[in-house]
Amino acid sequence: MITPTLEVANLRTHFFTKNGVVKAVDGISFKVDEGEVLGLVGESGSGKTVTGFSIIGLVDPPGEVVDGGILFHGRNLVELPDEEMRDLRGSKIAMIFQDPMMTLNPVLRIDTQMVEAVRAHKNVSRDSAYQRARETLVAVGIASPDERLKAYPHQFSGGMRQRVAIAIALLNEPDLIIADEPTTALDVTIQAQILFEAQKLCRRTGTAMIWITHDLTVVAGLADRICVMYAGRDVEHGSVDEVLDTPLHPYTYGLIGSVPSRNRRGRPLHQIPGMTPSLLNLPPGCAFRDRCPRATEVCMEQPPLAPHGPGRTARCFHPHVNGDKSRRAEMEAESK
Amino acid sequence: MSVFIIRRLLQALVVIFLMSLIVFAGINIVGDPVDLLISPEADQAEIEATIRRLGLDRPWHEQYGYFLLNAFKGDLGNSFIFAEPALKLILQRMPATLELAFAAMLIAVVFGIPLGMYAGLKPDSTTSKTIMAGSILGFSLPTFWVGLMLIMVFAVMLGWLPSTGRGDTTELLGIQVSFLTWDGIQHLILPAFNLALFKMSLVIRLARAGTKEVALQDYIKFARAKGLSSRRVVLVHVAKNIMIPVVTVLGLELGGVIAFAVVTETVFAWPGMGKLLIDSIQLLDRPVVVAYLLITVFMFILINLVVDILYSILDPRVRLKDVKA
Ligand SMILES: Nc1ncnc2c1ncn2[C@@H]1O[C@H](COP(=O)(O)OP(=O)(O)OP(=O)(O)O)[C@@H](O)[C@H]1O
Ligand code: SF4
Ligand SMILES: [Mg+2]
Repeated sequence: MITPTLEVANLRTHFFTKNGVVKAVDGISFKVDEGEVLGLVGESGSGKTVTGFSIIGLVDPPGEVVDGGILFHGRNLVELPDEEMRDLRGSKIAMIFQDPMMTLNPVLRIDTQMVEAVRAHKNVSRDSAYQRARETLVAVGIASPDERLKAYPHQFSGGMRQRVAIAIALLNEPDLIIADEPTTALDVTIQAQILFEAQKLCRRTGTAMIWITHDLTVVAGLADRICVMYAGRDVEHGSVDEVLDTPLHPYTYGLIGSVPSRNRRGRPLHQIPGMTPSLLNLPPGCAFRDRCPRATEVCMEQPPLAPHGPGRTARCFHPHVNGDKSRRAEMEAESK
Repeated sequence: MSVFIIRRLLQALVVIFLMSLIVFAGINIVGDPVDLLISPEADQAEIEATIRRLGLDRPWHEQYGYFLLNAFKGDLGNSFIFAEPALKLILQRMPATLELAFAAMLIAVVFGIPLGMYAGLKPDSTTSKTIMAGSILGFSLPTFWVGLMLIMVFAVMLGWLPSTGRGDTTELLGIQVSFLTWDGIQHLILPAFNLALFKMSLVIRLARAGTKEVALQDYIKFARAKGLSSRRVVLVHVAKNIMIPVVTVLGLELGGVIAFAVVTETVFAWPGMGKLLIDSIQLLDRPVVVAYLLITVFMFILINLVVDILYSILDPRVRLKDVKA
């Protein structure tokens, strides 16, 4: 068996704040193979970004990875010395941040910010680093790259900035890209274009990708596998089709119900009632309990991640299994 | 850009005009120089001749008109005491003051920025807390007192450094400067440090606040995500962003440093314009006082202009046409 590009095992990242311990990530496991796209899905505050920062080693105090392993090509990043970790960042593992307006330094020109990213890892001349930057900008669909390289971030639109950030992530041809909702700030056409390009890239170069989003429609067309997060934990794993067609966890079930679809047009969106619980002093038991229509007495205990067929797991005592109608079929029936 | 500069210079002219009016009227109220200027033994005829020679027999608005007329020709009047053009007297002393002011600014920046950035990056360390405590002292201790203490400790008790005058000067581009000789530098250290202390505390605070804010920005995390060394992140990505407020404030403060030099120059007998001003006020040497104030205002305006231009170079988001003139 080939080792996956990335394997995260029981990762816990906590923030030790004045008000108590925020368990932003509290036990999550997944793996991403070469050329594979993993969709990391969950609502706001579920710990997606913190998971990303944990992998790339950028959790700042008061946060700390307190438990678990992050195996990158079989090497545990948690134990890696700082200098080796720095060298991996941006060369083997790249991250695209959530907010394109804030990721580029406002007082440095684009060429400075791209050239330094190349030269931090490769001992090449300024000139060849510049050529590499130019090439990459063209690859993400930026016209007249020479002019653009001379510009400052404020001269770019949000969409353009995100393309530049994506180009920076691609500069050193990383083995793993963590894309933190990189398209939410963009309009739909550009979104589709970037998704298409990202997928093409992974297939072609064998780059593994973690695509973080709260929007299931985005991962539906892009990801191979899905990991659903809730309150810092993984609650469901499976291939895209399995998870979307037959969601096991009541939370995933609800999420899919809240996605607008073509044949439900005009009907109110189904919302999951309630809110993400506060991660500060989360009570024991299933974190979804208060919002779950299927909750019973046993849910006062923490449900384990239980297997449901190959590559298929869910963290729930009463999952939507056999006998339940397919969720998609059900929704289609509803809309008739 | 040139439109911007021309507009600023025109505004400057208006300010200088108003300023001269206020100063002229004000100093007329302060006192009559005649009593100080004329020897007690002089007879009435002599007194009247002197008064007429100095133009003091006319009403003050007439004197002002006459002054203005001459000022347009570049003549700010003659000193009552030295019987030399006031402008010349001030320009002679100006290099000494400018040298002191720039040396103080240099000290404030060279020590203030690294100390402030350190305190901003590691806000909880003991070193940072010491730095901040020091900056509070620098803010609150009066300049003349610190000056006297410096003299007492380093000149009197330890005998390491001289306490008065400029020391040996050398000519650089037709100007006498101290910083090119070892003796001159020794004379410069104490007064420059004295003058720098307040500004250094200011720079430390600005740099610390800026660093704390910038360090939390996404673009700093993104810079780290690119795998840059922390050295480059701090020295380029953080430093360039905090330079904007630091340079702006420091530039605006340069005028203040020159004006504040009056105290330091008096304590250290530094032969600059500040010392000349104090002497002239005591002797009611009106033309010199007026000329000094006009030149200072002019310098303030010039400095602000340069700061605006610098600002637009440092911050690409600001273009000169956007700067409020
Ligand atoms: N520096 C910090 N100090 C304390 N708590 C933090 C810190 N950073 C993140 N958290 C907490 O960790 C939790 C998860 O945050 P995270 O940013 O990972 O959510 P997310 O899933 O990315 O949400 P979104 O979709 O809004 O980006 C949140 O409850 C947040 O309050
Ligand atoms: S464990 Fe219980 S409360 Fe939690 S999701 Fe499953 S049914 Fe709902
Ligand atoms: Mg996030």
